[in-house]
Amino acid sequence: MNDDIYRHVEGVREPDPTLGKTRGRHEPATVERVPPAPVESQPEQPAKPPKRQRVVLADPRSRSTPTLRARVELEEQTSWGTLLVDDLVKRQLRAGLALAGLVLVVLGGLPLAFYLSSDFAGVHVVGVPLAWLLLGVLPFPLLLLAGLAYNRLAERHERDFVDMIEN
Amino acid sequence: MQLNPWALTGIVLVAAMTFYLGHRSSRFASSTHDFLVARRTVRSRRNAAAISGEYLSAASFLGVAGIVLKEGADGLWYPIGFTAGYLALMLFVAAPLRRSGAYTLPDFIEARLGSVALRRCATAFVVVIGILYTVPQLQGAGLALTTVLPVPWWFGALAVTVLVAGNVLAGGMRAITVVQAFQYWLKLFALAVPAFVLCAVFVSGGHSGPAGALGSPAPPTFPADTTVKIETDVGLRVTMVTPVRVRKPGETEDRTVVWAKGATEQVAKGTELRFAAGTSVPVVTEALSANSDWLRPGSTGLSDLLQTYSLILATFLGTMGLPHVLVRFYTNPDGKAARRTAVHVLLLLGLFYLFPTLLGAMSRMYVPELLVTGQTDAAVLRLPQAVLPGVAGQILTGVIMAGAFAAFLSTSSGLLVSVAGVVSTDLFKGKVRDFRWATGIVAVIPAGLALTMRSTDLSLSVGMSFALAASTFSPILVLGIWWRGLTWPGAMTGMIVGGGLVVSALVVNTVSGYTGNWAPWLADQPALITVPTAFAVTVLVSLATRAGRPADVNAVMLRLHAPDPLGFMRDRAVARFGQIENRGRTGKGRHRK
Repeated sequence: MNDDIYRHVEGVREPDPTLGKTRGRHEPATVERVPPAPVESQPEQPAKPPKRQRVVLADPRSRSTPTLRARVELEEQTSWGTLLVDDLVKRQLRAGLALAGLVLVVLGGLPLAFYLSSDFAGVHVVGVPLAWLLLGVLPFPLLLLAGLAYNRLAERHERDFVDMIEN
Repeated sequence: MQLNPWALTGIVLVAAMTFYLGHRSSRFASSTHDFLVARRTVRSRRNAAAISGEYLSAASFLGVAGIVLKEGADGLWYPIGFTAGYLALMLFVAAPLRRSGAYTLPDFIEARLGSVALRRCATAFVVVIGILYTVPQLQGAGLALTTVLPVPWWFGALAVTVLVAGNVLAGGMRAITVVQAFQYWLKLFALAVPAFVLCAVFVSGGHSGPAGALGSPAPPTFPADTTVKIETDVGLRVTMVTPVRVRKPGETEDRTVVWAKGATEQVAKGTELRFAAGTSVPVVTEALSANSDWLRPGSTGLSDLLQTYSLILATFLGTMGLPHVLVRFYTNPDGKAARRTAVHVLLLLGLFYLFPTLLGAMSRMYVPELLVTGQTDAAVLRLPQAVLPGVAGQILTGVIMAGAFAAFLSTSSGLLVSVAGVVSTDLFKGKVRDFRWATGIVAVIPAGLALTMRSTDLSLSVGMSFALAASTFSPILVLGIWWRGLTWPGAMTGMIVGGGLVVSALVVNTVSGYTGNWAPWLADQPALITVPTAFAVTVLVSLATRAGRPADVNAVMLRLHAPDPLGFMRDRAVARFGQIENRGRTGKGRHRK
């Protein structure tokens, strides 16, 4: 069911899941809780209607006019639009290069360290050669962490960009 | 080798499961959109499992353990590089590439640089890389089947080709997505379970081999009286005085020979060697003989260090140029999902690669005779029986065999889909029927090559296709996505120069392999030279042909980099093939189960 909503709206992703959820939660809550605790349901009511409004307003034009103008401007490639995109590209590239550099320095330093110092290559930790731990196990968590970090950074950059366009 | 009923059961089960899953999902595949990109509705977790499933090829499943057995600590760079490639892919390529909306790699290149000539050139390289990568899969299938079943080695190659082509013909990308996701978990299971069992046996001491022998600096020794049959001509390096009983091909009686310390013995194909228990193992010339060298990384000098860096470069940048990896990223719904998929892949691969390393290290203790024959790729398959003779070992072998078979199937189907997709959209009109024709044609070529070419070590030939991908496509992808200045003449020259260098290294390497191994290490792993050259040539020629920058570069850059919610992403699928009427049906999402 969720998928359907997800697909139809296409471009605007965020509001749809809330639509599905508020519907699902809302109906039983209003039907059952009204007689026993009318006071309790009141603080919830003001919290929910705005949400609902937002969902309803996701499509109409009133909200998207500034966005639309920004998009058109981006698409027509005014100097302002090009600058904006350039800025985003630079930020993403910088994040990528920084993380790739970090990983390369850590991993790429290992062969050199092993080559230069045969003592280091022969160190044992609790019976296991340190080199095998460094090469056989530890690179994988490192790569995963780098991936997670980039994912966060890149998504933050994109959110910032979207916020900037929409304001 | 005698028949192992468990292995046969494992293979038949995997084949049946593959066929069933493929058949079930191919019922819903009808349009080009289904066949090429599974309608771009594959969620990131499922897609990550499918990517890992197709990426963990024979080279990973069998080859990594073999390399570890042979090269020790230095061999560990293969799994690191194979995984790190996805980080590079994620950092520089994944999301923008998906947002380009392309169907195939040549499609992307044409969209970015607007040159049909360049597109043709890219198509040619995709086909070459695809075939170069498929051949070792098929050869591996042959090798694996002969290890556990009494069949000729070409049988495995043909069986895999037929099964894979059947699935791809029926449902294309849509069918194989499910199959590959299933096969990742199967492969993980098939290595993890034997690894745990064998480790438990090893630790508890209920084994027949020498415990803790790796700690001693001497070369490995045979745990029991061992007969080794040499399958190809090898040169053996002898590190200790070794008495051995030799039976040359065609002779009926053994002759006792004592090999001198430090000698290199040439042993012809078909010879049988008998070693007594406790004799030290002579190893093929390219392997490390002493355990102390094997344990310690970087013990063999400067050329080894450079070779390691070359390998790192090839795998780090090569992954992003592999057609079957890229094509899976197009099946994501949007750029954000593509990035998330890559993170998942990093997790899944990291988890998987712990096990081949472990098994490779154990096989150094239990199956050292593989160092004599040089067929180290069979290490994982031989290990269970060596540690646990009897039914338990046979069952474990069966489990591993099932996983290995899954590896051949999933990687070859991924390659077949990607190459057939490229061929059908480029050389034909891109309709479903064209895709099927292309599949047939593309399936026949690697099968023929696998049957006629000499089989080399799996990881090494796969390493060469990584080098080729890194020297041809990675400059275009990275520069095309992040640099406005790229022009099509620049991309073309870079691709041809990089690709040409790797192909010539491949030729030199093959010739030298037939005429006495005189080529330097660079011919074996040329990425250290070819990748920087390709990047430099691409940049320099692009700068020299500044006038050739495509007019719509700003619009394309916007499309590649603008966040998904802004809705700039335009799938070429819709524009080119008019599949928009199919969209209503995606809501059912039957193939996502």
